[in-house]
Amino acid sequence: MGKPTGFMHWEREGAPKRPVEERKADFREFVLPLAPEATTRQAGRCMDCGVPFCHQGCPLGNVIPDFNEHVYRGRWRQAWDTLARTNEFPEFTGRLCPAPCEAACVLAIDGDAVTIEQLEKEIVERAFAQGWVRPRTILHRTGRRVAIVGSGPAGLAAAARLNRAGHTVEVFERDDRIGGLLRYGIPDFKLEKSIIDRRVAILEAEGIRFRTGVDVGRTPTWTELKASYDAVVVAIGARRARALDVPGADARGVVQAMDFLEAQNRAVAHGNGSTMSAAGRRVVILGGGDTGSDCLGTSLRQGAAAVVQVELLPEPPRQRAPGNPWPTWPLVFRTSSSQEEGGDRLFGRRTTRVEAEDGRVVALHWVGVRQVDGKLEDVAGTEARHEVDLVIQAMGFLGPDLAPLREQLGVELDARGNVKVDAAFRTSVPGVYAGGDASRGASLIVWAIADGRDLAKQVDARLSAATE
Amino acid sequence: MRNSEFQGLYEPSTERDACGVGFVANIKGTKSRAIVEQALEVLHRMRHRAATGADPLTGDGAGILLQLPHRFFKREALELGLEKPRRRAYGVGQVFLPPEPAARAACERIFEDVVREEGQRVLGWRDVPVDSSQLGPVARGVLPAMRQIYVARRRVVPSAFERKLFVIRKLVENRVRAAGVDPQGRFHVASFSSETIIYKGLLLPSQLSNFYADLRDPDMVSGIAVVHSRFSTNTFPTWDLAQPFRFIAHNGEINTVQGNRNWMTSRRSLLQSAKFGGGLDRLWPIIVPGKSDSAQFDNMLELLVLGGRTLPHAIMMMIPEAWDGHPEMSDARRAFYEFSGSLMEPWDGPAAIAFTDGHLVGATLDRNGLRPARYVITHDDRVILASEAGVIDVPPELVKKKGRLQPGRMFLVDTAEGRILEDDEVKQEIVNRWPYRRWLERNLFVFDELEDVPPPPPPDAEALARLQRAFGYTDEDLRLLVTPMAETGKEPVGSMGNDAPLAVLSDRAPSLFDYFHQLFAQVTNPPIDPIREKLVMSLATAIGPDGNTFDESPEHCHRLALPGPILTNEEVARLKGMAGAGDFEPQVLSTLYEGGLEEAVSRLCDAAVQAVEEGTDVLVLSDRGVDAKKKPIPALLALSAVHQRLVRDGIRRNTGLLIETGEAREVHHFALLIGFGAAAVNPWLALDSLGSLGLSVELETAKHNYVHAVNEGLLKVMSKMGISTVQSYRGAQIFEAVGLDRELVERYFSGTPSRIQGVGIAELGREVDQRHARGFATHSTDELAVPVIGGAYQWRREGERHKWNPDTIAALQHATRLNDPKRFAEFERLADEEERSPALLRGLLDFDTSGVTPVPIDEVESAADIARRFVTGAMSFGSISAEAHETLAIAMNRLGARSNSGEGGEEPGRFQRDPNGDLRRSAIKQVASARFGVTTEYLVEADELQIKIAQGAKPGEGGQLPGHKVDERIAKVRWSTPGVTLISPPPHHDIYSIEDLAQLIYDLQAVNPSARISVKLVSEVGVGTIAAGVAKAGAGGVTIAGYEGGTGASPLSSVKHAGLPWELGLAEAQQVLVMNGLRDRVRLQVDGGLRTSRDVLIAALLGAEEFGVATAALIVEGCVMLRKCHLNTCSVGIATQDAALRKHFQGRPEDVVNFFLLLAEGVRRRLAALGARRLEDVVGRVELLKQRTDVAHWKAAKVDLSALLAPPAKGPRCCTTPQKKDISDHLDHQLRARPKGTVAITNAHRAVGAMLSGELVKAHGAQGLSDDSIHLKLKGSAGQSFGAFLARGVTLELEGEANDYVGKGLSGGRIIIYPPAGSRFVPEENVIVGNTVLYGATSGEAYFAGLAGERFAVRNSGARAVVEGVGDHGCEYMTGGVVVVLGPTGRNFAAGMSGGTAYVFDRTRSFRQRCNLEMVELEALVDESEIWLVYGLIEGHQRATGSAQAKRILDNWEHLVGSFVKVMPTDYRKVLQARRASRLRPPGAEPRLRVVGGREG
Repeated sequence: MGKPTGFMHWEREGAPKRPVEERKADFREFVLPLAPEATTRQAGRCMDCGVPFCHQGCPLGNVIPDFNEHVYRGRWRQAWDTLARTNEFPEFTGRLCPAPCEAACVLAIDGDAVTIEQLEKEIVERAFAQGWVRPRTILHRTGRRVAIVGSGPAGLAAAARLNRAGHTVEVFERDDRIGGLLRYGIPDFKLEKSIIDRRVAILEAEGIRFRTGVDVGRTPTWTELKASYDAVVVAIGARRARALDVPGADARGVVQAMDFLEAQNRAVAHGNGSTMSAAGRRVVILGGGDTGSDCLGTSLRQGAAAVVQVELLPEPPRQRAPGNPWPTWPLVFRTSSSQEEGGDRLFGRRTTRVEAEDGRVVALHWVGVRQVDGKLEDVAGTEARHEVDLVIQAMGFLGPDLAPLREQLGVELDARGNVKVDAAFRTSVPGVYAGGDASRGASLIVWAIADGRDLAKQVDARLSAATE
Repeated sequence: MRNSEFQGLYEPSTERDACGVGFVANIKGTKSRAIVEQALEVLHRMRHRAATGADPLTGDGAGILLQLPHRFFKREALELGLEKPRRRAYGVGQVFLPPEPAARAACERIFEDVVREEGQRVLGWRDVPVDSSQLGPVARGVLPAMRQIYVARRRVVPSAFERKLFVIRKLVENRVRAAGVDPQGRFHVASFSSETIIYKGLLLPSQLSNFYADLRDPDMVSGIAVVHSRFSTNTFPTWDLAQPFRFIAHNGEINTVQGNRNWMTSRRSLLQSAKFGGGLDRLWPIIVPGKSDSAQFDNMLELLVLGGRTLPHAIMMMIPEAWDGHPEMSDARRAFYEFSGSLMEPWDGPAAIAFTDGHLVGATLDRNGLRPARYVITHDDRVILASEAGVIDVPPELVKKKGRLQPGRMFLVDTAEGRILEDDEVKQEIVNRWPYRRWLERNLFVFDELEDVPPPPPPDAEALARLQRAFGYTDEDLRLLVTPMAETGKEPVGSMGNDAPLAVLSDRAPSLFDYFHQLFAQVTNPPIDPIREKLVMSLATAIGPDGNTFDESPEHCHRLALPGPILTNEEVARLKGMAGAGDFEPQVLSTLYEGGLEEAVSRLCDAAVQAVEEGTDVLVLSDRGVDAKKKPIPALLALSAVHQRLVRDGIRRNTGLLIETGEAREVHHFALLIGFGAAAVNPWLALDSLGSLGLSVELETAKHNYVHAVNEGLLKVMSKMGISTVQSYRGAQIFEAVGLDRELVERYFSGTPSRIQGVGIAELGREVDQRHARGFATHSTDELAVPVIGGAYQWRREGERHKWNPDTIAALQHATRLNDPKRFAEFERLADEEERSPALLRGLLDFDTSGVTPVPIDEVESAADIARRFVTGAMSFGSISAEAHETLAIAMNRLGARSNSGEGGEEPGRFQRDPNGDLRRSAIKQVASARFGVTTEYLVEADELQIKIAQGAKPGEGGQLPGHKVDERIAKVRWSTPGVTLISPPPHHDIYSIEDLAQLIYDLQAVNPSARISVKLVSEVGVGTIAAGVAKAGAGGVTIAGYEGGTGASPLSSVKHAGLPWELGLAEAQQVLVMNGLRDRVRLQVDGGLRTSRDVLIAALLGAEEFGVATAALIVEGCVMLRKCHLNTCSVGIATQDAALRKHFQGRPEDVVNFFLLLAEGVRRRLAALGARRLEDVVGRVELLKQRTDVAHWKAAKVDLSALLAPPAKGPRCCTTPQKKDISDHLDHQLRARPKGTVAITNAHRAVGAMLSGELVKAHGAQGLSDDSIHLKLKGSAGQSFGAFLARGVTLELEGEANDYVGKGLSGGRIIIYPPAGSRFVPEENVIVGNTVLYGATSGEAYFAGLAGERFAVRNSGARAVVEGVGDHGCEYMTGGVVVVLGPTGRNFAAGMSGGTAYVFDRTRSFRQRCNLEMVELEALVDESEIWLVYGLIEGHQRATGSAQAKRILDNWEHLVGSFVKVMPTDYRKVLQARRASRLRPPGAEPRLRVVGGREG
């Protein structure tokens, strides 16, 4: 353990951020590195619990107490080895993960968790800076070929592991660049895209072949793909977004969050302006989650006139409710980094109608809702009208787009419309595996990486068994 | 039923006994009836040290050894018409024979045949007249026929006749056994000698002379009479185990007997003595199997004596003093012991041994002096020696000297020469027989003389990682074990017990070491404190071949002295490289293999035998060279297989055996390798790993620290069992295997208990392969850069499974906070792991509902009723916060259940109800080894008093509450000083044996007659036997704790490896108690990792009627298993005294109540399913359990729990009425009337004053009466525990003397003892009180005009005492109070003394070297106020006792004050100074480091 009494001496101290006004002026990352002494102290707050709930809270099973101790003792190399063993891409999770580990941290029972995510980021960035993250030479090739469809975190994690196990791996991406949701779904101010490129370069150097602009299901078909590989991994995400189902929802100026974010990301990538800019417009974001927040931050950066983020559910409590005890994920009121940059927040509003003029949205109609026995009901007399120029729907995802897969291969779906897999990530079709959002529905990046890793282990086991 | 026939968990070899011993002798050898009668009187007076079982008329055994009375036997022979036996020309055998005529005749015929074959002549047989009318039914049921055989000497010189008789006896015994004519094992030759005769049997001490008419015969005279009364843990009826044996009567037990016997076997080829003619082989076995440890000792001693050594010489060889590092001992004597060590390893264990050969009679104590022996020498030439003083009334004017045996000392009476020989004189002669020192100098090679040879270079990073993996290392081995050892030189500490699977149920390829569990001493012998009593411990290690045990020659010590049992890589390289030097012939045998493990082991053994036969005298097993192909045989298997094979072949002593292994890394591993026969171990890989760990110390320091930590850890493991020297620990096999196949154990670990079967050599081979693959598999996605995840100590997702994991902890907390039965059911499902593979033995069990008709649940007793059977585990206030402690107490009191105070005392404020009706008082008060806060008030404020013998987390070890945890409040309740570290000794210093336990039970019952007295034990093989002993000692309850549980801080190796699951211990206790007919009188409680209703019900079916829960209750209070209890940093405010952290405590009594009621509801449901309406109805119904057959696990499936599930004998299986210790004979019944005159007292009157004190405190509170309100005068020899728990206001004034434990737990009373008027001896040179005086005293005064024994004022925390001299270990562990010693002290004064002060009158300026200076400093007495304090105390002493010594000092005060040395604990002084300083300074907050940084959004 780092320092037994560390948590008694030192308070939680997050990484510094660029000032709001400054950061709103560009799309670059705004979370700055932690000062080295502060990093040591923060790592020293870890109690190295006998039962580390953080380690359970982390879907990847990151061995958090161990790397905390290494950091506290200045053993960065070991910290990196420890982190890298369970996490393929800490540079992504260190930026993007909502950190269920911190929610489960024992110090969070009635205090402030260890800054686990920040430490993770410090470790991985140090590793890159020190040149420890280098392509590995794969000494032994099995001759087995694996196709991975989708280059999001799940696909990349699976590709990395399978390649390292000696299989020949090809990754197919429909888009023009590798990264899936990371590439165009996450704003640059949270993840600069060079971070992805840096990683992809390493994977490429290790021997993975990336093939962008290939829309599997069309050309080649799934059937064709399957015929030429020993295993096919479906990691196509769950990008089918939920859409407003109210009168007028088809008005212009009512857009999907992913489209909105993607437009900005492409603009940053190409150094031009967004095709879907909120600049000067009154914006309503429907959905109080992370995607909504990303849209909020993007809108503010684009120069929106006003932004309101609306959440269907009533405002959560400030503290955990009795039925939501530690170490479960706390359903409490929280403020995202985008929300601290500006905009208004509304809770408990259900959109009843989109009012349009000339086919273009002018206002939204809401009714207040409350929760009764877990169900939402409208509250009479709370109807309201809100004028708006741009409505961004960030109301979650319905699941993957699976029609071609089902039609061409006959892959079964589960009740929620995701690919049905067993505990070994096997679909109903032999040799075809699925993981990440494609099989579990839209979820956290950390789950995607975890699935990718575990899936790779299963695929490897089967390929190896078949070899012997 | 013969005990060995029972198929359950009972192991006959675990029977223990302890006892009273004594002798009476006439120094001049004059034979008389008086000697015999007085010896019988001694026996009678020590009857409270003996025991009876379920049958009150059957004792455990008693006997007497006398010189052969010629007149008597001549007369009897003539009356029988036999040929007249000639003086000194015949022997008499006292023979127990099978009563069936045919069997008896067969035995007699064999006897006569052998006598004839050996050239002697049978004169005839005599029926021994016995009167069995007073025997109990049990004893009568197994009564043998008693006959004496007369054998006349022929054709041997008188001096060889005894030897001839011995040979005859041995041959007869062997032939009877071989002929199978005595299937029940009744045949026994109690004595067969021309010098002595023994009368003994399964008798109470008082029955002996009634049973044997001979003993009442006027012609039955003797000059020497040795007596013995036995208190056996069991009452399995056998007549032969009664003592005395042929040469000794032993009070104590030999802890290393398994090893001693093995070494004896291994020496077979080296035993040659011309004296026995025809070799010794035909006499084999010398040590008769199946007998008690004492009997085996007697066998060995007999052989040595008849082989030519004198009796004292042989005793010195077998029970050497602590000579190693004893600066005051003469060099010649040290040389003798060192030399003898190369002939024979010590028989280690507590012992007071009286011995005689018919001319010499004497006694000796073991090196620790763990058994009492007091003696009186009279002016009429008598010597009376016994376990207690006052066993014979000797008029004061006849007393010449009153003394006690001291540790390691001998006392001898030579009746032939007619004089007493003191220790020095006896030993002087023996140690100067040969020039031992010169022999040693010439032949003993010192390691430093060996040439330097460089060791192989350490492997590179990749090779290191591969090797670590192949040898089974995990990250935890490196991070949690090796790193702290290398950095601090100490073994790491952990908390909160062990909740991981048994090795046999683990899927992580645990090492073979993990299948073995350490055994430890409890009740029948004490563990040792290896730190504070270091002077008795020794790691001295030498290797080399032995010579003939009967000879003494310079070549016998042709040996190599090693630096210690742990060798560095450099050292082992030198050792291996000495081949060229020519003195020794070392050979290295590789333990690596490819292919099958079994063949590999047998090849290795063959190679070892061949090497030894070819002359190798230093054999090194080595597993260096592991690679992708070559795998290592598990080190323990290789070592033990070779050792046992060499033992069996009788050539083990021809060679030294060492092992160079990459596998050994933690203390437990080293203990096992040495415990199974290795002379030394080189952990090459652990040492080579140090360089890669990024340690905070230099590499050389790290190596040194690591070896140091292992050595210290070894001492601890040895001392747990009460073993002092590594020499006797070696090969002693003090382990139990759990989950190993019987055949495997029989073959490679023979003699090790293993009771549930399990994996065989094939499975071990598979686990070798699994470990090997971690490092050398060709296809692996795992990274070598990070070690394999262990997760054994701290939960890890991919590591070992734990019962307490994030899911179970969260579920339990939620369920109890919301009082949600559904969530609780979820918790139980997760914790029981019924679907997944089981982790614990009970996971392999299931309820057998065949033939059961369920009952409706509403017919089952209520949850509230069931909940009253729950108790919370013993956790002290101090180890946990007041909030956590009181919350549990409130909850349990609300439930009508009981909480347990733990050993930290209890604040008196908790004895009153709170305004809301809650009671914060713990119903169970614990009495543990440190006796913190054990005042009279504490004891009377209890419904149950629990004597904690051991705790699951660290059985056999003491504890320590670090000073930073001792705040004002805790210090107050523990009667100590804030900031001063408090040490709990490993043993109770008033429980060294079972009869001592009976005494403590008696003391506690006297002070609180309404309380139930219970005893807490920890599961290990033999715990059933101990439980039976505890029941016989009068306890009303027995708790069996499993090793899983435990909340306290403990060395990690103890957390994991000491003790056994409660399932085994509970079932064994139940079986043995039922078998002994003792079950109905004791309540059986279980604790250690109980979590769910399934656990509770299984425990009930195995025999428990009460259920202890500790960890789960803490979790309900908010514990999340940080396992940091020892650091005072508990972030949830439970195991901490930090004020800020305690604010985080969120536990509520209602949650705890919820928990126990939810648990009870679960029990109800299960009872209904089993068709039972009350829990009581299923207690002990083991038939309702079965072993699961659906467990497919490759290892678990091999476990066989049939011994666990064996239905016990007939008889009650649960408790009807918990017994109370009988205190009807207590003298306080008489003293209650406050008699004015002097009351006569004898040694049978024990705990005088305790009962009265209890009553006073109950009536008047702790403050009691004012001092001296009741002044009682007594005269005589007081029994044990005189003035125990004496309350304020009571003065006991005793004219005479007292035994052990005077003023135990003194609570404000005053005790005065002085010699009787008319005494002619010098008081300050004579012993007036026994051992362990003022143990745990909290306040009060004591004045003793004479010498005290060992451990005076041990753990005193407040009493003031004056005494005129003390034995060894004076003021040990003292934390407060004042002790003035007006005379000499023994060694090791002030060991572990952390508080209080002592003033020693040191005229000879020799005190310093007898004082243990680790925690104290010595100063002159200069402070004015202190001078007056001491003066005042001496003056008080003089006034109270009339002490001449005090008067002399006071009269010359000016001159003598300079002779006083003040003993001041270092920390205590610092704390006192700091407090004084803080009173001068204004109170200011200590600056607290605080960093407030940026806030995260």
